[in-house]
Amino acid sequence: MISERLADPVTGAVLVLGGGIAGMQASLDLAEQGFRVYLVESKSAIGGHMAQLDKTFPTNDCAMCTISPKLVDTGRHHNISLMVDTEVLEVEGQAGDFTVTLRHKPRYIDPTKCVGCGDCAAVCPVSLPDHFNEGLAQRRAAYKLYPQAVPNAYAIEKLGVAPCRNACPAGQRSQGYIALIGEGRYREAFRVIKEDNPFPSVCGRTCHHPCEGHCARALIDEPVSIMALKRFVVDFALAYGREKVESVARTRPEWIAVVGSGPAGLTAAHDLVKLGYGVTVFEALPVPGGMMRVGIPAHRLPKGVLQQDIDDILALGVVLKTNSPISDPRKLLEEGFNAVCLATGISARDHSLGLEGEEAEGVISAATFLRKINLGQPVAIGSRVAVVGGGITALDAAAVARRLGAEEVIVALDRPRGELPAYSWEMEALEAEGIRVVEHTTATRIVTGDGRVTGVEFARVGKGMLTDERGRRRPTVEPGTQSSLEVDTVIVTVGQQSDLCFLDAGYDELTSDPQTLSSQIPGLFVVGGRKTGASFIIEAIALGHRVAASIHRYLQGKPLEEPERLRPPAVKFSREELQQRVRDGGITLSPRAETAMLPTQERVTGFREVVLGLTDRQARAEAKRCLQCGLCSECLACVYACGVDAIDHEMVECLEQVHVGSVILAPGYQVFQAELSQEYGLGRYPNVVTSLQLERMLSASGPTGGQVLRPSDGCPPRRVAFLQCVGSRDQSHDYCSAVCCMYATKEAILVREHSPNTEVHILMMDVRAFSKGYQAYYDRAREKYGVRYTRSRISALKEDPENGNLILRYVRDSASTTSEQLSHTIPHQISIVEDSFDLVVLSVGMEISPQVRSMARDLGILLDDYGFCHTVAFDPVQTSRPGVFAIGPFREPKDIPESVIDASGAAGRVATLLAPARDTLTSAPTYPAERAVGHETPRLGVFVCHCGSNIAAYVDVEDVAAVASRLPDVVHAEHLLYACSQDSTALIQQRITEHDLNRVVVASCSPLTHGPLFQDCLQKAGLNPHLLAMANIRNHCSWVHSDDPDLATKKAKDLVRMAVARASALSPLFKLPAPVRRAALVIGGGAAGMNAALTLAEQGFPVHLVEREHQLGGNLRHVRYGLPRSGNSEAPDPQAYLAVLISTVTAQPEIEVHLATEVVRTRGFVGNFTSRLRGEAGAEREVTHGVTIVATGGEEYRGPDYGYGSHPRILSLQEFEACLAAEGTRASADSGTWIDLAGVRQVVMIQCVGPAEEYCSRICCALALKNALRMKQAHPATQIIVLHRDIRTYGFKESLYRQALREGLLFVRYDDASRPIVEAPTGDGGLRIRTRDPILGTPITLEPDLLVLAMPMVPARGNRALATTLKVPLDQNGWFLEAHVKLRPVDFANDGIFLAGAAHYPKLLDETIVQAQAAASRASVILAKDSMSIGGAIAQVNPDLCVGCLTCVRICPFGVPQIQTETAGVGGLMGAAYIEPTICQGCGTCIGECPAQAIELLHYRHEQLERQVLSLFEPCLTSR
Amino acid sequence: MSDMSQAEMQIVAYSCHYCAYAAADLAGVLRLSYPAAIRIVEVPCTGRLDVLEVLHAFEHGADGVMVAGCLEGDCHFQAGNLNARRRVARVKELITAVGLEPERIEMFNLSSAMGRQFADYAVKMTQQTASLGPSPLRAASGRVSRTGAGGDGLGTRREGSGDVGPSTQKTPAAHQERQR
Repeated sequence: MISERLADPVTGAVLVLGGGIAGMQASLDLAEQGFRVYLVESKSAIGGHMAQLDKTFPTNDCAMCTISPKLVDTGRHHNISLMVDTEVLEVEGQAGDFTVTLRHKPRYIDPTKCVGCGDCAAVCPVSLPDHFNEGLAQRRAAYKLYPQAVPNAYAIEKLGVAPCRNACPAGQRSQGYIALIGEGRYREAFRVIKEDNPFPSVCGRTCHHPCEGHCARALIDEPVSIMALKRFVVDFALAYGREKVESVARTRPEWIAVVGSGPAGLTAAHDLVKLGYGVTVFEALPVPGGMMRVGIPAHRLPKGVLQQDIDDILALGVVLKTNSPISDPRKLLEEGFNAVCLATGISARDHSLGLEGEEAEGVISAATFLRKINLGQPVAIGSRVAVVGGGITALDAAAVARRLGAEEVIVALDRPRGELPAYSWEMEALEAEGIRVVEHTTATRIVTGDGRVTGVEFARVGKGMLTDERGRRRPTVEPGTQSSLEVDTVIVTVGQQSDLCFLDAGYDELTSDPQTLSSQIPGLFVVGGRKTGASFIIEAIALGHRVAASIHRYLQGKPLEEPERLRPPAVKFSREELQQRVRDGGITLSPRAETAMLPTQERVTGFREVVLGLTDRQARAEAKRCLQCGLCSECLACVYACGVDAIDHEMVECLEQVHVGSVILAPGYQVFQAELSQEYGLGRYPNVVTSLQLERMLSASGPTGGQVLRPSDGCPPRRVAFLQCVGSRDQSHDYCSAVCCMYATKEAILVREHSPNTEVHILMMDVRAFSKGYQAYYDRAREKYGVRYTRSRISALKEDPENGNLILRYVRDSASTTSEQLSHTIPHQISIVEDSFDLVVLSVGMEISPQVRSMARDLGILLDDYGFCHTVAFDPVQTSRPGVFAIGPFREPKDIPESVIDASGAAGRVATLLAPARDTLTSAPTYPAERAVGHETPRLGVFVCHCGSNIAAYVDVEDVAAVASRLPDVVHAEHLLYACSQDSTALIQQRITEHDLNRVVVASCSPLTHGPLFQDCLQKAGLNPHLLAMANIRNHCSWVHSDDPDLATKKAKDLVRMAVARASALSPLFKLPAPVRRAALVIGGGAAGMNAALTLAEQGFPVHLVEREHQLGGNLRHVRYGLPRSGNSEAPDPQAYLAVLISTVTAQPEIEVHLATEVVRTRGFVGNFTSRLRGEAGAEREVTHGVTIVATGGEEYRGPDYGYGSHPRILSLQEFEACLAAEGTRASADSGTWIDLAGVRQVVMIQCVGPAEEYCSRICCALALKNALRMKQAHPATQIIVLHRDIRTYGFKESLYRQALREGLLFVRYDDASRPIVEAPTGDGGLRIRTRDPILGTPITLEPDLLVLAMPMVPARGNRALATTLKVPLDQNGWFLEAHVKLRPVDFANDGIFLAGAAHYPKLLDETIVQAQAAASRASVILAKDSMSIGGAIAQVNPDLCVGCLTCVRICPFGVPQIQTETAGVGGLMGAAYIEPTICQGCGTCIGECPAQAIELLHYRHEQLERQVLSLFEPCLTSR
Repeated sequence: MSDMSQAEMQIVAYSCHYCAYAAADLAGVLRLSYPAAIRIVEVPCTGRLDVLEVLHAFEHGADGVMVAGCLEGDCHFQAGNLNARRRVARVKELITAVGLEPERIEMFNLSSAMGRQFADYAVKMTQQTASLGPSPLRAASGRVSRTGAGGDGLGTRREGSGDVGPSTQKTPAAHQERQR
């Protein structure tokens, strides 16, 4: 209870961070109490760790069964905004008024459109480790977190843009086509290449492939052969016939002229024609293709290959006009073209190098040379050819010259060969053809004679460049290195440049904007223009895309500037990261695939293509080398597969701010990352798994289908060892993770249940079975299931390389293994054991992830010494920042029920802060008034869903709809592509009105997931939601009978017929409001009762707080010392807290305290109870209340065990604490004897006394150590010996144990067979305790001055009577029994009654406080409403048929039916059964039992079920 | 072996809302095939099972009845499944008395995560029913019998016709492969 400065007014909304079980519970509680909730989850679905679990201890309940109703409730709650894929960045403001900044990460699939059909995952080529299955299985990059995930939508896992795509000017999705090649899906690969690049054939051969330069693989071995893979796809597509390209329909009236048919012009034409424009391409040359055609020789780019790409573009509907030079583009605009694009690229004009002799005969520019050759024009060439200038064109020219018959060809490069955009093998191939390549050499002069070339003078290139008089940059020459060479032809390679010299005069000033490519003349766009140097083909393609987009914007009348848009980040790996992945085995080094080449002798004889491409096998192997940098490859297969257009690969993250009054943090834990601790072998030895991995194996829906198999060989293990305390109770994690002992026990039991012959050993220090039912569970594991527990500490773990088994070496504490050994008289030794197991399971502890810690720091939340969230003393969920609360394992390791309690507790705390703003930001769905259809004859509409291809591929849905249309009462039937899509639900509403439907059948998927959606649809159309019947023809039919479509169709018809029969018999169901008495009765005035009362009263609800004693305080009055949170922190003062608590309660006007009072009678039901209170002297009064909270606590046991009560120096824990508090000079509680603690030399403490031998009393270990440490502090010389079974200092209480060991306390273990024997002589004689040394096995005799017995907490006297009064159950030990041990820990099964504190089970103070707040929160869910809806699908008695036989009264598991003497039954005899609709649970158990069939379960009436079943046996219709 | 066609057989599978129905949904999600004779009827709890209703189903020609509820001890409504088990035993007595085989009705227990087991139980129930042959009450109920038409007998192990006992079951991974 820290005092907060609250904003005024407060905001009635709450942000809950974390969608695990705690976050969901907090959200549901708050939303039900009238607050708007933003539930933020960083993953793609809620559910947290609990969704991963198979069963839960100690009841072995299925985790998924218990969590899935919560998932659905959370996902559909009207006042919960579910924000998955979202993180909290910042929280500003103060309690009551926070502004929270959120980051929504891109999911790439719109969950509001996604129908969860899974078609995207089915086509996704990228396989990734399935984190939900803890890496035991693979899943696709398009995935749903788990089958029952909420929201029921897929997501795409994408890190960002892969480096290859990022490097490509045209943004080619290389990783996409590579992934598809890896799967052998070549046609799809071709399709994705064409998405970004209309010249796949060209770029597969001649690209300068910057992608390969940026390939992350280059950091570890060699880049992936991306270009060769592209070519492979193209060759494949060509080899098997390219799919015919269909022309695109003209949808826009505008016509565009493109001048130039090079890569830029044709790309622009391609894009524009696809947008629906008319496009004409004008080309000056007789052939299209520009430099691709005339600049690249055929041995590198065969003409047919190029033509194929061009043909595909023309086939789209582009008009090509060759031999059509354009010199006046304005005229084109005047002629009626709406836009003109100049994409003329490199000019035909020759440039010169400026060398002496360049004009001589026999000198030719490389560009001209290649153009002539490519156009089939004659070129004379000598036998000795020099190519000067360098560049890739020089290489091409040299190769062509050689092929034309030149005998000697020399290429002079002015730079090292490595600087050319050519592979070294290309250069080598050139040399193999007999071409000489010299580096660092430049031509200085062309030697001529008679106007003809006779030779060239070369010189070595010096350092630096110089600029000549014409502004050209030339290499410098090293003086004195000149030499000359006799040649007859010189081919000069000059830097080429685009220009606009072909244009008429009047265009001299024509320029274009570098971004939009628009010129000064409206409608005229210029690519290249005058300034850009020769660009690579892929850059020209990129420009083509850009100008097309620009022209499109121009024609649409939009601003030409492309709007600023966030782009996904490019992925970048460091060498270290990748090397680590290599070391971890994630990446295997492998050489790059090399393409085969034409034999040298065949090359120079003609123009056959030199590079031959990859083989199928090579290509697939090479594709598998891809590191999948972006995770999702952006292959777009999902986009093509998705039938609802839900996929958007261009999504980017976005920020959002929400205003809330409070924040609840439930980010959860991560399991200890054991692979970082080498000694456990996780990640190195395949047969070492974590407990969470084993949990997934045990899960029936897990990767092994519920079988435990060794990862190394898939065999079932015969010997399994669990190693406890991995990442707990060690140097780095000096706390206990509190759950591992029990989950290991559970998993051990399940392993034994699955295969009874498997030996299971649990190697542990202590078994911490500290909570309700845990000890019995642990006993059952040993006794019934034969799980073997061995106290030990592992010293070594290594793998047997022969068989993958694991050899464990450990020190065994032999005395504690089995009782048989103990009965032996031979002294035992410390034994070192070496043992071999097939499978080792690491029971990993809990820790807080670095991300969560950094988030906490960003939010200004203090963390504690353990890195968990610091919370305030006596306000367990309050963080260091007012208005911000922490729940679940984030504040201390804990189990599911404690997390749920935290969640409700925090909801209670929030409600006290925000009560004034309750109901201000919430809303209820509004529907039109419901049509009364009861009297109408049924008019049914049947809607049969295709679910894309999920149903329609196996079931003939049209036939099903046709048959349905002729079933009785059906007036309309149709089939829909996706019944659940927004347009379909709108259509269903429309059909309801059109055809006046009064019942609806949807034949699609499961009512569990989609029932509420279609019910909502009915309500919107004015029908009662219960007039819907669903036929599950997907999950129960098409998906399971995909091997036999005929059978599947027949069954689908049966299922529809059944649904139709049921629907005809359906009647509306109504819920009626019942007023709520907005007051609470809290029974018990201890810490639990007072906190519960305060939490309610501070929200303005009146509370009757009833206490049996004459004063408030309960057990808290006996607690003198608090527990420190960690070894370094201060212990808080409980008595000071108690004083404040009592004064606050007393001063609170809404609380009426009834001291010395008991509840003697209660009647009524949830929302409306009346109870009779009996005070002192028997005075009675009645109070009315909507809810009841039981907080009657427990008390310290006072049995005669170990001589208690017979000797003044035998004290209970509470007595010892009182004694310590009084400095040892006060009398012990009962005996009246004085004990001087200063004179005590030795104290012996015995743990687990009396009833605690049967159940663990949970708190005694911590309390005993707390007091022992106090004693040690006050009297350091005193020796303290603790006789114990297990030390159960769970969670952060472990710090007490560590401190006790440090302070020299002695711990001596005993077990059931060797309990200590206490000799306590009458009077004040010496105590004598006999026990046994657990290690040596020898008897020990102790003669302490003081014996402290850890008397356990037992249920309070009067619990049994109260249970009878309230009609609530007790468990076998006398504790009140909650509705569900995991998920409803403070609810009774009886609605409206809750429990808190030690009435439930022994608890420490913090646990009690939060549970009290939780009970109050659960109660507030009822009190926050004026009225409750009652009714629905519940049982109803027809008294006219009831004989009052009591059968229903006896069978109902909830004790609801009662015989009402005032109601007339069959034959008018008084005394008929009555079922109170507010408390009936709707199971129908009474219906099957009633001998008179006098009870009906609404919505499952006899008639409804029978018509449904019997319709199966009517003669079935066939389609006409 | 009977000559009853799988396409002809009708097995009513009363499945509880919280566990068995959800398990059947999951079997679908995991694409586990089981015989098409299974006709699932959702009930809030197997405790709703009414002996008379089941007898009516047999009377009208059901070849088998499968009752699938939560695991024992895990009933969402505490003890509905235990009551159902008792009633199934009662139906067995009653149908035996009229000459039907008691094996035509069975009770199964599973959790909502046990999709695989649902498929297994469906296979088991179908095989068990098929081995008994068509219900003799089918003709009496006036249901048209088209025995032999459309599909093999169940015993002839037609390739991929849903005859997937646990040993031949496809793993989800293998199934995904097949889809692709």
